Amino acid sequence: MKSAVVLFPGINRQRDMMMALEAGTGIVPLSIWHTETELPDVDLIVIPGGFSYGDYLRCGAIAGRSPVMAEIIRAAKRGVKVLGVCNGFQILVETELLPGALMRNAHLKFVCREVRLRIENNTTFFTSSLNKGDVVSCPVAHGDGNYFASDDKLKQLEDEGRVVFRYVEGTNPNGAVNDIAGVVNRQGNVIGLMPHPENMIEAMHGRTDCWPLFEGLAAA
Amino acid sequence: MSIPNDIEITPELVAEHGLKPDEYERILELIGRTPTLTELGIFSAMWNEHCSYKSSKKWLRTLPTTGDRVILGPGENAGVIDIGDGQAAIFKMESHNHPSFIEPYQGAATGVGGILRDVFTMGARPIAAMNALRFGSPDHPKTRHLVSGVVAGVGGYGNSFGVPTVGGEVNFHPRYNGNILVNAFALGLADADKIFLSEAKGVGLPVVYLGAKTGRDGIHGASMASQEFADDSEEKRPTVQVGDPFTEKCLLEACLELMASGAVIAIQDMGAAGLTCSAVEMGAKGSLGIDLDLDKVPCREERMSAYEMMLSESQERMLMVLKPELENEAQAIFTKWGLDFAIVGKTTDTLRFRIFHEGEQVADLPIKDLGDEAPEYDRPWVAPTLRPALGHQDVPPPNDVADALLTLIGSPDLCSRRWVWEQYDHLIQSNTAQIPGGDAAVLRVEGAPHKGLAVCADVTPRYVEADPFEGGKQAVAEVWRNLTCVGAEPIAITDNLNFGNPERPEIMGTLVRAIEGIGEACRILEFPVVSGNVSLYNETNGEAILPTPAIAGVGLLPDLSKMTTMKFKQDGDAILLIGAEAPAGHLGQSLYLREVLGREDGPPPHVALENERKVGDFVRGLIVDDQLSAVHDVSDGGLAICLAEMAMASGTGASVSLAFADIPEHASLFGEDQGFYVMVCADSISDQIIAKAHNSALFATRLGITGGSDLTIEGSAAISVADMQERHQHWLPTYMAGELAI
Repeated sequence: MKSAVVLFPGINRQRDMMMALEAGTGIVPLSIWHTETELPDVDLIVIPGGFSYGDYLRCGAIAGRSPVMAEIIRAAKRGVKVLGVCNGFQILVETELLPGALMRNAHLKFVCREVRLRIENNTTFFTSSLNKGDVVSCPVAHGDGNYFASDDKLKQLEDEGRVVFRYVEGTNPNGAVNDIAGVVNRQGNVIGLMPHPENMIEAMHGRTDCWPLFEGLAAA
Repeated sequence: MSIPNDIEITPELVAEHGLKPDEYERILELIGRTPTLTELGIFSAMWNEHCSYKSSKKWLRTLPTTGDRVILGPGENAGVIDIGDGQAAIFKMESHNHPSFIEPYQGAATGVGGILRDVFTMGARPIAAMNALRFGSPDHPKTRHLVSGVVAGVGGYGNSFGVPTVGGEVNFHPRYNGNILVNAFALGLADADKIFLSEAKGVGLPVVYLGAKTGRDGIHGASMASQEFADDSEEKRPTVQVGDPFTEKCLLEACLELMASGAVIAIQDMGAAGLTCSAVEMGAKGSLGIDLDLDKVPCREERMSAYEMMLSESQERMLMVLKPELENEAQAIFTKWGLDFAIVGKTTDTLRFRIFHEGEQVADLPIKDLGDEAPEYDRPWVAPTLRPALGHQDVPPPNDVADALLTLIGSPDLCSRRWVWEQYDHLIQSNTAQIPGGDAAVLRVEGAPHKGLAVCADVTPRYVEADPFEGGKQAVAEVWRNLTCVGAEPIAITDNLNFGNPERPEIMGTLVRAIEGIGEACRILEFPVVSGNVSLYNETNGEAILPTPAIAGVGLLPDLSKMTTMKFKQDGDAILLIGAEAPAGHLGQSLYLREVLGREDGPPPHVALENERKVGDFVRGLIVDDQLSAVHDVSDGGLAICLAEMAMASGTGASVSLAFADIPEHASLFGEDQGFYVMVCADSISDQIIAKAHNSALFATRLGITGGSDLTIEGSAAISVADMQERHQHWLPTYMAGELAI
């Protein structure tokens, strides 16, 4: 699988993500600078974590309206796979490629800690090498990860099985509704999640729980 | 409205600039005329304590700064050490105390920003940050607000910039009520042959302004840092700078690209006293003059005067000398990152620092004299009064050992700091091999991933207060020990000396003796000082802080796979204690004395440096030989706390006997003897390790065995690990939520 990582100024987990993508897919990911309006021919576009444009407005709001995102929206509609992690998830929500909103953490503080995630949907391109119901450890690092959606949208997400990752009870770090950590769009090609699986893939990270997510990309 | 440059220089104006009458006389002598207002501002910026080290220089010179692995010692933006494979580690610690007390979020944030720039201005990508924080008494009305703001500020800047904040210290003491300490540390990684310096080279070359625009923030920040506080300190809020980590992140990437392009001859970040300090530094180091045209300086406020521009401490700015033929390439990089790039001057052969504004020359000063001729004082000092010895019989045992132990691990200074470090992104960059909460944090080295770098920060201010010489030694030894605990070879330190008003002989005496202690420890442990910072005048209304020479150290793990932690790895392992001699159970200045008995008396424990080295090298040797499964040193709270910390980190218990000959039980448990480690190994090799230690003339004994759900201290207490964890985790979050009755 060929992948590319989008670089907005202020994005800061691109190196972590690129290492994980390279290890998982066996191919060095390309990078897409935020002013580019022509996308490279890849199977997967990843928007990594960070603080795009400083997140001085609402998190992801400025990046969501940048020219490169207009192209990514078009690509997503064509079926190109898109993965947004942390700030990337916030940006995807801003573009409405994914439903809902990410609010300030309920306790109002940035939080970096290990949580437990349950795989709720293993039919996506990112989770296919895990089983439904599997629980993995994974770190989070964010100030605005409190997922929210209106009741009807939420019902739709749940009914359609579009919650991909859920915080295991007692480990929800931000007050997210229904313990939602990550969701997928209806077409199944756009995924966003707040946690950082790229930081838990090798022994040195303490655990390798999230390695199957990246390993699975090679086959996806 | 703009401030005119040619106003009359009155004695009051001179005093407002923090210059003493004799210092002003010296200025008149040096330049042969009355200075302009801008010139007075420049002298004030260059000659304050913060920039000139005028009270401490004489003593700092006595510190050892060289060693096999030292590439660059003090004098540049940060120290540089050789870590093999053609790589260098670059690091420094610096204080941002006064701004953080006035405006905790921005003060701490810009402290982090400043130290990160110090590291990347030398060509290094920052790979780790730490923060040594000291606050007033928990029951002081400002403390909670300050903790909350400082921690949020440290996190807010570092998290957005994208550096893992992996460690540090947080302590509380009433002596910091009116003057907190925020000491920020950063570590960067660079190729050893691509280190960038501030020394300008070549005449007639463009001097380029990089980064964010200049505003009126932070004017006279460095002077503020050189004065005591009084009740009106709140009024100094306008002198605190405002940080923008997003711009700093862009500046980092742009600078590293620029350096890789070959366009940089010299580069210097604009820190304290901004444009003034950076330009003077570059010119003076290169024996060149600098002409600046302030009309070219990118400003974000209208009608800024020359005085304001020269003294602004707006953040996220750099100054560099450019290879003129690469101007277009260099400019393109900065345009790409959305940052300012402006040629604001040139190097000259005049050795003058000349500043032009709106067609007029507003300053013309001898550039070398601004730094070299800064006043230097040999301030009078008196030897500190030492505390009388405290015998075991002077310190009553606790009514209940379990209660005392739980009190200690739940106390403000020993409880878990998780509430703090969970607000810091300690994982970004994917190289954190040991997260906060251990003896030292460990980072995998990119480009040579078999290696690790260990970092930690320590000082025990109550020891320094009671005996500055021993306290200074102990701070260095504790850092050395903590690096050893994770299996690292200690390489070098950076020191951040926080003291009160040096014009008071007793404070000066404390500073002198502490530096002597630090120097002694550095020499014997071969652990040189490669960078540092001095912060004096940490007083409010005449009350000084506890003397706090914070030390941060860097160590190298040539083989990262050998790294140890304090966690018990399995049940049934043997727990050993090792030191140079049998424990003496030193209770003077112990936390047992303070937290359980409410007393702060006696001398601090003695640090026997030769022994320290022998024991540490022995422990590290065992780690390298894969003999040990866990290691933790004995420090604050003593041996019982050391074991409790190991048990809590593991979630499993241990059964130990802590009875030593000739000392009462409470002294064995809570004495803070120096130079001891608790080591865990397979039970089958414990005899062999003890024999080996005895052969090396060291003290070693088997304390017991890991396992169970309790920490059982034979004959005195059995405490559930779960209860300890609960107590350990309780205080800080509860206090910060305002739910603690204090």
